[in-house]
Amino acid sequence: MTRIELPSYLEQSDEVKARFDDIKQREVILELKDLHKVFSTAKGDVTALKNINFKAHRREFVCVIGASGCGKSTLIRILAGLESASAGEVLLDGKPVSGPGPDRGMVFQGYTLFPWLTVKKNVMFGLRSQGMSTFTAESEALQWIDLVGLDKFADSYPDQLSGGMKQRVAIARALANKPRILLMDEPYGALDAQTRSKMQSYLLQIWHNIDITVLFITHDLDEAIYLADRILVLKSHPGEVEEIIEVPVPRPRDPDQFISPEFLATRKRIDELIHPPSDDGEDDKLNMIRLTRVGDEVEP
Amino acid sequence: MTSTPWFAPRVALSTKRTRVLTIVSFLLPLLIWSAVSYVPFLWHPKVVVVDPGDVSYFKVDMLVDREVFKNESLKVEEAGKTLPTGKRANPIYLPAPHEVAKAFVTSFTTEPQRRSEQWLHESLWHSITIIFWGFTLSSLIGVPIGVLCGTYAAVSRIHEPFIEFFRYLPAPAFGALAVAILGIYDGPKIAIIFIGTFFQQVLIVSNTTRKLDISLLEAALTLGAKRMQLLFKVVIPGILPDLFRDLRILLGWAWTYLIVAELIGTSSGITWFITQQARYKNFDNVFAAIMMIGIIGLLSDIILAKLGKYIFPWERSANKA
Ligand SMILES: Nc1ncnc2c1ncn2[C@@H]1O[C@H](COP(=O)(O)OP(=O)(O)OP(=O)(O)O)[C@@H](O)[C@H]1O
Ligand SMILES: [Mg+2]
Repeated sequence: MTRIELPSYLEQSDEVKARFDDIKQREVILELKDLHKVFSTAKGDVTALKNINFKAHRREFVCVIGASGCGKSTLIRILAGLESASAGEVLLDGKPVSGPGPDRGMVFQGYTLFPWLTVKKNVMFGLRSQGMSTFTAESEALQWIDLVGLDKFADSYPDQLSGGMKQRVAIARALANKPRILLMDEPYGALDAQTRSKMQSYLLQIWHNIDITVLFITHDLDEAIYLADRILVLKSHPGEVEEIIEVPVPRPRDPDQFISPEFLATRKRIDELIHPPSDDGEDDKLNMIRLTRVGDEVEP
Repeated sequence: MTSTPWFAPRVALSTKRTRVLTIVSFLLPLLIWSAVSYVPFLWHPKVVVVDPGDVSYFKVDMLVDREVFKNESLKVEEAGKTLPTGKRANPIYLPAPHEVAKAFVTSFTTEPQRRSEQWLHESLWHSITIIFWGFTLSSLIGVPIGVLCGTYAAVSRIHEPFIEFFRYLPAPAFGALAVAILGIYDGPKIAIIFIGTFFQQVLIVSNTTRKLDISLLEAALTLGAKRMQLLFKVVIPGILPDLFRDLRILLGWAWTYLIVAELIGTSSGITWFITQQARYKNFDNVFAAIMMIGIIGLLSDIILAKLGKYIFPWERSANKA
């Protein structure tokens, strides 16, 4: 094995730089201002999120990564309006959000399709709730089902679909409302590696084709780097923004890039952030194992 | 081919094995019953008198204990008189399978003893209507309350503590009160079925409602569903198959209250038939009538189960019974 000299993850090619310049010029869709979340439990208060500040621009793909229990789900649930912040604000298009609404689509980690509705009726659910007529809702739903490549399954029930297909329907269902932002909480957590990587490519394709901003939660480094423009790295206890990384990997992305120097450099950086090296030898060993996972050719 | 063991925890049986075991589960008790009825030395604690001989109080077809028969025979023998003859028999309350089978037909074709009395099919039908009204009235009120209790904590808090208390009160205890209020005919009977069903029903339905995956409600919220839509478009359709299963179980319980209910006020329905036949010592008819209740209960449950599969097509693909 030869040791590859990695560039800095901060180094960006002109092409990548230009892309980020473009993104930064776009309007801000989502803004988090001094977000705090404290849970009061029997054992006392737990600070889940502290001082979160962040802006997502239009059509940007943002990933949030962090160790288990660092507050990722809490964050996205506050954005979705399913949980309220203890302090701070969430602004969507500059307006504060309170409570859930169809302007923010959400895809959950578990399967949350309505089992009693067919794929088509599931996708129509949001449209019908908004008061759209059955006829229009149906034709719109079919377009979205087409977009996620499930037109053959429009009349199937969720239980007849594989896990990957269910999550595609969930994406179609969320997008059908034409939300300003798509919130995804580890949507592929339960899928096998192969399906997972297929689903990632699907998602990039969909994102490329329509005008949607995405906030995607994951704890998988490769997934985050493969998908994101920027990655928000969260620190645990309390959940704070550790660093916001601009992914220097050019677009369009494809799985071959998993071993490109930019990719590996970014990966190494996030890994350091999430699993900081300690004096404890035990912990270092764990880090080495982590560094030599999937497609990794770097000697730790 | 049959490499799968018969006893594997939580593993479904093949259709063939299921069928075999279903038949055996009915055949086994029937076999035991037949053995006790037809094999004389297994039980048969009585003797039926064929010829009284010189025992003064014996009559033909009289049932006496074996002990008594032996003693009387000895006495007669010592006196040098004619011995009585008899066959070993079971007590009158245990008729043989073939007698009960015959009773299944004859009890329907036998005319009532008195003009004012009902034919068996009329009695059965009367019982069914009592169950129907008691259960339907209970469900009409109990299911909505249960669903609301399971959906809204406030509704639950105001109903459930009292219901938890009330459900421990035995329904038949309200018999006298029900008669005082509702008269002696069908009213109090329906009321007993109602009381016996309603309180359990609210608690069971609210529990089922609470078991609905909360993330379905959250998903609906993020899709823009409003309050009433949550209830009618998510909660209710979401629990419907389980609610249907609950109702099937509750209907079975309602049947168990039937006998008590029908004894209240003027005895009626199948219970009247059973008590009447027991009085005449027609125990074959009694057995037949009891079995009819079982058959009606089982049949209605099978029909409802099939109906459930038909009205909840999304359940068909899932592995749920
Ligand atoms: N309802 C709650 N009440 C009390 N504490 C909570 C509640 N929800 C979350 N927490 C705590 O807040 C912290 C963050 O939880 P959260 O679910 O957001 O983490 P996460 O990053 O999504 O973890 P995972 O990767 O395992 O999904 C945890 O310490 C958790 O115990
Ligand atoms: Mg989580």
